[in-house]
Amino acid sequence: MAISRSEVEHVAKLARLKFSQEEIEEFTVQLSKIIDYVNKLNELDTENVEPTAHIVPIHNVFREDEVKPSMDRDKILMNAPYKENGCFKVPKIIE
Amino acid sequence: MKYEAVIGLEVHAELLTESKIFCSCTTKFGGEPNTHVCPVCLGLPGTLPVLNKKVVEYAVRAGLALNCTIANFSKMDRKNYFYPDLPKAYQISQYDLPLCSNGYVEIEVDGKVKKIGIKRIHIEEDAGKLLHENTDGSLVDYNRAGVPLIEIVSEPDMTTPEEAYQYLTKLKNILEYTEVSDCKMQEGSLRVDTNVSVRPVGSTELGTKIELKNLNSFRAVQKALEYEIKRQIKVLEEGGTIVQETRRWNESKGITEPMRTKEEAHDYRYFPEPDLVPIIVTDEWKEEIRKSLPEMPHHKRERFIAEYGLPEYDAKIITSSKKMADFFEKCVLEYDSPKTVSNWLMGEFSRLMNETGKEIDEVPVTPQMLVKLLKLIDNGVISGSIAKTVFEEMFGTGKEPEVIVEEKGLKQIANENELREIIKKVIVENPKSVEDYKNGKEKAMGFLVGQVMKATKGKANPQLTNQILKEELSK
Repeated sequence: MAISRSEVEHVAKLARLKFSQEEIEEFTVQLSKIIDYVNKLNELDTENVEPTAHIVPIHNVFREDEVKPSMDRDKILMNAPYKENGCFKVPKIIE
Repeated sequence: MKYEAVIGLEVHAELLTESKIFCSCTTKFGGEPNTHVCPVCLGLPGTLPVLNKKVVEYAVRAGLALNCTIANFSKMDRKNYFYPDLPKAYQISQYDLPLCSNGYVEIEVDGKVKKIGIKRIHIEEDAGKLLHENTDGSLVDYNRAGVPLIEIVSEPDMTTPEEAYQYLTKLKNILEYTEVSDCKMQEGSLRVDTNVSVRPVGSTELGTKIELKNLNSFRAVQKALEYEIKRQIKVLEEGGTIVQETRRWNESKGITEPMRTKEEAHDYRYFPEPDLVPIIVTDEWKEEIRKSLPEMPHHKRERFIAEYGLPEYDAKIITSSKKMADFFEKCVLEYDSPKTVSNWLMGEFSRLMNETGKEIDEVPVTPQMLVKLLKLIDNGVISGSIAKTVFEEMFGTGKEPEVIVEEKGLKQIANENELREIIKKVIVENPKSVEDYKNGKEKAMGFLVGQVMKATKGKANPQLTNQILKEELSK
């Protein structure tokens, strides 16, 4: 296996996904297959190849430092399921 | 066994751009919650970030001022973690190709110069602010999300809390000089995290490091490090081991305590940001930015010595803050005695700033007002000691010096007849001292002058007082 069960559990946790035991088993097999397939790329010699930073060969796309009006707050909060005092409301975060 | 500490610092500084790093929202501090936001800084689907050119220029400027190598090729990366202050669930930052690297800052401790290495400076976006008020949830204000930051990571070159303090002071000084950040800790535009570990003296292996957070001032950094180093040494001496963790400085208790962290795994899964293209800083661009660098502290210090004839000590203190140096130069423009101005800045001005914890630009006294005060002394309107009282009032209220002098009746008594009457009275009331003086006790003179000052509440002109007193006593 290219990936262990605990690695799958770890990745799921980082992505805040919850799976049943059967699903974890199934994904471990499937993800291993995918990784094995992609691993084929490791057979290539990339010694003198620059790592790709971006697939489009352009650089330095900038904007000037100019302020433009922000969006109306009512619009900003329109789709928020919970809001209070002009803020987005989320489950209590304890520091 | 003797132990030594190994300290590294991470400093986040907000850049003084007008607009955010990837969108055109304002970076102004404060404002009603969520009024400085747009679909881009909220990370709404379908939006694309575009990098603010000034962010690159400011970061390069800071890098040059901190003796860094500027990368010719640099790129942005995504740092992934879930926390409600981060609307996209990732922060756009830089991972393996930061804009600046391998710099240094020179600090002075116990008269010796020490170089503190700067590992890297990278650009990134700030997160929003969480408000934990009296509600059943937490509230999020994204005004700060997307404000440009530079993160300056030092090498673990410091061994004492004092060195850490000196490093921060110097770093802040340079950043202020380069005008890329206003470095206001109370507004969060300068934030400090520190890593510290201890090891037996002579050991080359690093101990387990502890990250310290919630450091709201440079003094807090110093105190937290002092506490933490003692704590770690005690644990080791008792045969325990240090567990890697993040600890929070509790200012009121004066201790560090364990803190829950954002992402348990510290597994940020960085990858290149596909929405932004690489940054290339050509030599021409770099030199253009270098030319825009303002005069740095050590150059200014040398100039103040040469141009204004300030003693080295004065020049060093005055240029230790750009704001103070600017204030000084504005005064000198209208008042032709640089040393007098520097005396006031290092004396009364600094004393009151230390007492109130205010910076020079937060004080209502302007250079023009200080100059007016100095001229009042020169013209004999008030005495030097009364001027201190007037200055304190100016510092507290922002009133013009002549208004204060008028309101409080602090004008110097320079009228000869008026002063002579007061002196005559003092002589009659102090026959013992008068006799002592006539018997050759010089000290008695000082006492009598003191009595005159007391009678006039310090308003007597000192030269005139001396002169008349001598005349009257020799009668």
